[in-house]
Amino acid sequence: MRLCRASRAAVLVITLAAAGPAAAGVVHVDMKGIGFTPARISAKVGDTIEWANHDFVVHSATARDHSFDVNVTANQSGRTVVKKAGKIAYYCRYHPNMTAEIDVAAK
Amino acid sequence: MLKFVSLLGAGVLLCGLAGPAAAQGAKPTDPQIAHIAYTAGVLDIKAAQQALDKSKNAKVRAFAQDMVRDHTSVNDQALALCKKLGVTPEDNDTSKGLVKDADAYRAKLAGLSGAAFDKAYAEHEVAYHHTVNGALESTLIPSANNAELKSLLETGLKIFKGHEEHARTLAASLK
Repeated sequence: MRLCRASRAAVLVITLAAAGPAAAGVVHVDMKGIGFTPARISAKVGDTIEWANHDFVVHSATARDHSFDVNVTANQSGRTVVKKAGKIAYYCRYHPNMTAEIDVAAK
Repeated sequence: MLKFVSLLGAGVLLCGLAGPAAAQGAKPTDPQIAHIAYTAGVLDIKAAQQALDKSKNAKVRAFAQDMVRDHTSVNDQALALCKKLGVTPEDNDTSKGLVKDADAYRAKLAGLSGAAFDKAYAEHEVAYHHTVNGALESTLIPSANNAELKSLLETGLKIFKGHEEHARTLAASLK
């Protein structure tokens, strides 16, 4: 009986632990053809935005509000965690004709 | 005076890019287009190396480093494509004109220093990219026969348009 209760508790702890990180998602954006695809994404506070650079030149994802500045070399990926709600416009520092936006919702 | 020098540089360059092909009414061939695009990249790398030798301005130096890195990457892609296609880039009057004009402009910039050099370099980068982008759009891309060469030129144009915008921001910050 005691063992049974302990097992149930353990299951609960594992379930809670599993539920925690799963709540935060990963949103993928491609840097391809000297552009961000998709150019507009939605995310929640705590989500990770991951940029995969498929081009042969270095790009950056640089927030206009300075909340992030991620450098992504050719054929690599880079990420950031969005921490506050609101629209964040960002661009590539090296090729400022590359622009995009993240719409971050509260948790 | 500096503005005049920049405009003069751009004007001469424009003549160089539009001149021979336009005068003869003949479209440049793929080996010639490859040579012109490669040469334009090499010349911007040389201009950037001069800026890295002379400038102490952090923004100017960062921009110059970006130019060296990106134009080297594009030219590496161009060389690899030429090798794959068995195309030997062919020197031509347009390439020769570009080299002559760029050499003359670098000699002019060599006489400047400090803020005057930074401003002249940034303004020249705006004018140079604007002119090369115009030539890519109006002549080189429409004239390219090979689809892979055309595609690389189109990607290059997007990269260089980014450089032009970046250079405009840099030039404006130095006024």
